[in-house]
Amino acid sequence: MKITLTVNSERREADVWGGESLLTVLRDTLELPGSKNACEQGECGSCSVLLDDELVCSCLVLGAQADGHEVVTVEGLADGDALSPVQQAFVDAGAVQCGFCTPGLVVAVTDLLARIPDPDDHEIREALSGNLCRCTGYAKIFDAVHLAAERR
Amino acid sequence: MSVTAPRTTVRVGKVGERLLRDDAVPKVRGSFDYSSDLSAPGMLWGDTLRSPHPHARIVSIDLSRALSLPGVHAVLIHADVPGRKTYGLEFPDQPVLAIDRVRYVGEPVAVVAADHPEQARKALAAIAVEYEPLEPVVDMERALEQKPLHPDRPTMGHGYLDDPRPNVVRHLVIRHGDPDTDGEVVVHGEYEVGIQDQAFLGPESGLAVPDGEGGVDVHVATQWLHVDRDQVAPCLDLRPEQVRIHLAGVGGAFGGREDLSMQIHGALLALHTGRPVKMSYDREESFTGHVHRHPARVWCEHRATREGRITCVRMRILLDGGAYASSSTAVASNAASFALGPYRVDNALIEATALYTNNPPCGAMRGFGAVQTCFAAEAQVDRLAAELGIDPVELRLLNALEPGDSLPTGQVVTGSLPTREVIRRAAALAIPAEEGLPRDPLRLPGGAGNTTRGEGVRRGVGFALGFKNICYSEGFDDFCAARVVLRADGGAVVHSAAAEVGQGVIGVILQVARTELGTDDVTLAPSATSSVGSAGSASASRMTWMAAGAVRDACRAALEERERQGGGEVDVERVYRHPRTTPLDPETGQITGERAHVALAVAAMRVVVEVDVDLGLTRVVWVGTAQDVGRAVNPLAVEGQIEGGTAQGLGLALMEELVTRDGAILNASFTDYLIPTALDMPPVDIELIEEPEPDAPYGAKGVGEPPTVVSTAAILSALRDATGRPLARVPVRPDDICL
Repeated sequence: MKITLTVNSERREADVWGGESLLTVLRDTLELPGSKNACEQGECGSCSVLLDDELVCSCLVLGAQADGHEVVTVEGLADGDALSPVQQAFVDAGAVQCGFCTPGLVVAVTDLLARIPDPDDHEIREALSGNLCRCTGYAKIFDAVHLAAERR
Repeated sequence: MSVTAPRTTVRVGKVGERLLRDDAVPKVRGSFDYSSDLSAPGMLWGDTLRSPHPHARIVSIDLSRALSLPGVHAVLIHADVPGRKTYGLEFPDQPVLAIDRVRYVGEPVAVVAADHPEQARKALAAIAVEYEPLEPVVDMERALEQKPLHPDRPTMGHGYLDDPRPNVVRHLVIRHGDPDTDGEVVVHGEYEVGIQDQAFLGPESGLAVPDGEGGVDVHVATQWLHVDRDQVAPCLDLRPEQVRIHLAGVGGAFGGREDLSMQIHGALLALHTGRPVKMSYDREESFTGHVHRHPARVWCEHRATREGRITCVRMRILLDGGAYASSSTAVASNAASFALGPYRVDNALIEATALYTNNPPCGAMRGFGAVQTCFAAEAQVDRLAAELGIDPVELRLLNALEPGDSLPTGQVVTGSLPTREVIRRAAALAIPAEEGLPRDPLRLPGGAGNTTRGEGVRRGVGFALGFKNICYSEGFDDFCAARVVLRADGGAVVHSAAAEVGQGVIGVILQVARTELGTDDVTLAPSATSSVGSAGSASASRMTWMAAGAVRDACRAALEERERQGGGEVDVERVYRHPRTTPLDPETGQITGERAHVALAVAAMRVVVEVDVDLGLTRVVWVGTAQDVGRAVNPLAVEGQIEGGTAQGLGLALMEELVTRDGAILNASFTDYLIPTALDMPPVDIELIEEPEPDAPYGAKGVGEPPTVVSTAAILSALRDATGRPLARVPVRPDDICL
């Protein structure tokens, strides 16, 4: 079936199979592989995107459900060459190792700071508890969130 | 819980500076190409049919229906493997595709390539395999009496002790001093470690592209490009140069990418169809498609004087290697070599046995054998301290292994080993004050579950030491190549096959090159087997040491060459080798030369936990650690390794276990196999102990494994302190800590 959606402020059309997740449509049809495929069961958060400004696991949304809606992926956060404040903070805090969780975390932190501009440690931990990271032990990710909040 | 603001970092750095990662920018943008992100025009999707049985004879395979389905381009079985039918990291005992029997649930039986992944899945479902189930070997103690799974004994005749018992991969006995030496105080213990999974987030995946001339390019996430090539090429009946392995973006590794996953399968399908083939495992397939940490049983007897000197240790270690050898022989060696911990013990008898079973295959995971025995040995030291009435930290100081002392293999510690220093520094870290009640439920065991107001919560403080080797051991001829191109304009390009798996080795390479060449204009070329010699594996905490040595030597040679030719472009490759090791004597487990292990590293960790003893829930409140790092090449990256390594040890202590029934994994998902989240990790206070290693380039030891080795043991020590329970099994389950 054909769907039309707005992805990163751009109107896109896609021919999708009914069983495909939004994640698959983004990665394999719309050539936006930034959203990651670590579990495809809604457990790891690596595929996090904003769907009509709401944080979702794109693996749990059917591509067909996104018809007529607006999606922001990790690829839509930077302003050209300039990283978003959250992206820059992840770089500066050393919060990136293998980086497979990073796109989902960057989107989740963007959402967190939009809701709570200066979150405390508990709010950060709770907000990010759905984003698994296997490399960092999260310490430098928390640093990045504070850094991004400070710079806003 | 405090989260500190990051310290000042520098963008371009030399050895010893806090350096930001060059690859962080594409990674935060989502533009970094991981192995699962690759695609090519005309690409097909590959998929793998896996055994549902732990042990069965294959009676027949019927491919006809699968081949007739729309979109299906190839359905291949063992008969389609043109070269050698088996492969393996150390011993080629694993079929590329099952031949006449399957030995574990998940063993690859057939592979397909189709236009769409859904067509590939349908083709797998249409393959008819008739199996005759055989009795599975699933208990490592019974394995020694059951029928051999590998009657041809692939690990025999390689210089190990020949053990005639069935299903022995390796039996290693270390006899040191007089193992019958008595003590005035004796403590016994039996310990068990469950199966831990690397659980890297990036699934096994890659893209194989035929070159049109019979060869193939494989873009894949791996830890060692050249050893992949050397396993893939013989199975395809190709020359090594016809198989080019390219490092695609790696979404974590932790040992789980040492063994092959889709490399041969993807290449087979690509060569068969003449088209690019992508394979990408889903999470369930990832859990069954790679090796795990060996589950273990450990029996210990520690003897000591009343003053607390350990006089003799006897340990027996069983390691379940699963269906194929993978790196089990080396895991057994490490488990035995470091079984005593960093303590001077003059008399010991250590027996380690790695076994074949029909359980999931096990191989490398961060800590590599030392994790299992550290957990047991440190529990024993705590038990001894309690028996003697000596403070556990004092007992460790009293018995600390230092330079000049001997390991149980007879190897004298010649390099740096600041055991007493790491103990003192970790013990001196201030632990957080006990928090009063009431408090936010997130700061109580059970967390967001809001399960307690703190009535049944008890606090415990623990301490442990972790001990492990750096680099490969036992006479393995380990080397690392690097190639440096100095351009006429003064800039430089470094070629290295060192696998960047997230640990930051690309930063190390650039730091070394900038330091040696005296310029910031250094770039790193993509890693591929076709452009530079082998770097060896990104494992055994060796990659920083080896890559630093190779890049240093290549840079210096390039500068000399430019001087000799009076300018212009220079292109040199150099190979670095660490000091040689020799095998252990197969009868006694003693060294046959100066050393069996290149170098050693030690870490100490202090932990505070809270346990809700009514519900069996835990909260790790705080971790403080002092780690012997030789020299921190990039302190920012070293901290990241320690924090992340600690998280993996916390996972094994509290939650991570692949549960099996008759060899089948029952929890192959992130729903059921839990890894630590942002709510589980405590703050980690870190002291880096820098006593340069004399044999290492820049004095730098590897840093990735010691935190994983020590943290499981240290958390268990704290849980025992809180509950008074012996807690002899990890991961700890709620039932174990309810009082």
